[in-house]
Amino acid sequence: MVRDVTLGQFMPGHSLIHKLDARSKILLLIAYIVFIFLSENYFSLALITVASLAVILLTKINFKFYLKSLKVILFVIVFTGILNIFYGSGTVLYEWGFITITEGGINNAIFVIIRIAVLVMISSVLTFTTSPSDLTDAIEKLLKPLSVFHIKVHEIAMMMTIALRFIPVFLEETDKIMNAQKARGADFESGNVFQRIKALIPVLIPLFVSSFRCANDLATAMECRCYNGGNNRTRMKVMKFSLADLFGLMFSLLVFAGVILLNLYLPAVVR
Amino acid sequence: MSVIKAQNLTLVYGKGTSFQKTALSNVNFEIEQGEFVGLIGHTGSGKSTLVQLLNGLLKPTEGTVYLNGKNIWEEPKKIREVRFKAGMVFQYPEYQLFEETVYKDIAYGPKNMGLSEDETDKRVRSAAEFVGLKRELLYKSPFDLSGGEKRRAAIAGVIAMDPDVLILDEPTAGLDPLGRDVLLSQIQNYHKTRKNTIIFVSHSMEDIARISDRILVMNHGEKLLFDTTQNVFAKAEELEKVGLRIPQITKIMRMLKKRGINVNTNILTIEQAFNEIINYLGT
Repeated sequence: MVRDVTLGQFMPGHSLIHKLDARSKILLLIAYIVFIFLSENYFSLALITVASLAVILLTKINFKFYLKSLKVILFVIVFTGILNIFYGSGTVLYEWGFITITEGGINNAIFVIIRIAVLVMISSVLTFTTSPSDLTDAIEKLLKPLSVFHIKVHEIAMMMTIALRFIPVFLEETDKIMNAQKARGADFESGNVFQRIKALIPVLIPLFVSSFRCANDLATAMECRCYNGGNNRTRMKVMKFSLADLFGLMFSLLVFAGVILLNLYLPAVVR
Repeated sequence: MSVIKAQNLTLVYGKGTSFQKTALSNVNFEIEQGEFVGLIGHTGSGKSTLVQLLNGLLKPTEGTVYLNGKNIWEEPKKIREVRFKAGMVFQYPEYQLFEETVYKDIAYGPKNMGLSEDETDKRVRSAAEFVGLKRELLYKSPFDLSGGEKRRAAIAGVIAMDPDVLILDEPTAGLDPLGRDVLLSQIQNYHKTRKNTIIFVSHSMEDIARISDRILVMNHGEKLLFDTTQNVFAKAEELEKVGLRIPQITKIMRMLKKRGINVNTNILTIEQAFNEIINYLGT
């Protein structure tokens, strides 16, 4: 059913990674992604992979969930992997007609597969260990400098929070309406593409109507509590950098330094 | 032969995951043709799950539902036919309206059944009449109706399928007192005219007492009682233990009796109580 969709879901816990400040998690994640793509040989790639796996283990979340997030894009990984085999230069290993497989191609394929896999798993760390509200708070803080350019950062963050908050609500609503229409004989499971799209109209219209109703109610509720935007608003939970953040930063800097050194002193195998 | 028979019905949500939850365990009962059955239970007692099993919206983990003597999941491809025979009106059904006109919305079910234009037209009109929707409303957009009218239109959409069993999940929730009374009478009237079977889920003991022949009481996913309305409401203590109560008027009669006024406590409606008290005062 629709409910089984896993949307970067948050898994509450008390691990070291959970305790990190959401802002440092976002920044470190970006840095990790950059360094995953900066590593040019097997040694630096291995280093960043092992470091990422260490972070994943530190979250104390069952590894099964990370594999599940990989499963979603398995096709993309395999497809780009296979495609990459045929690109690249270097020693020709195999030739048949117009197909040539080179050493560089194989290296490219292995790199691209590992890079995407690690990228997805390390990104899952952020969504698994950070509650959506912390996440949007952190994004708001990080984007704050943009308000110099008159970008309404607080409003963007509020919209994100609300959107995230209402995903489960609308999933449930969809489920309800689908059941109600099924009870009147709606058939979502058979017919060709056009028939199926047409069968969804009785679900989409009520859903649309109810989302407007929800938005209206929410706006009223917010106004009743005198919500008036981001100026001079204080927070219930103030974000603080802690010792854990310092430790995470140090660890990551060491890893990044290692990647740079390995890149400098060992030959690159890709490109 | 019974219209609906539930045998060892069990439903476990999310089996094998950490979210596993037993919504219903080993429920057995039989409902006869033409009966009006009230279904009560506290929030989360499995009422909604149970009714969704009866019309094949959910598939039981274990056990069988028989509709007119036939296992409804015998041919999974024909489950739609089961849904036409066991019509289901959900809670707040007005949120499922979607067509341009009320007429078209009521005709959605009959059309899905593959009925002819003429037959559909007949059914739409008679269903609208049963729920008391005025003729001119049929050509309005459902979104222009009032809350109560929307509710009626949605109920008519299920009645138009002319189901053997009509399942109503809290049809009067959120209506004003008058709308509630009128809707109840219309349902009663529909039941008398069509002589079909009705399963009526409600939190209002007064409504249930007024219209049901028998009451099925659910508690924590299990069948607690299934007996005539009189017998169920005679067990006040048992009902209170599971977060339910008896109709207020029945309670008043019981209290009168406790104070030494010798009245019959098998009273379910205000009219009955009125007559009983007049009787008592007369003697």
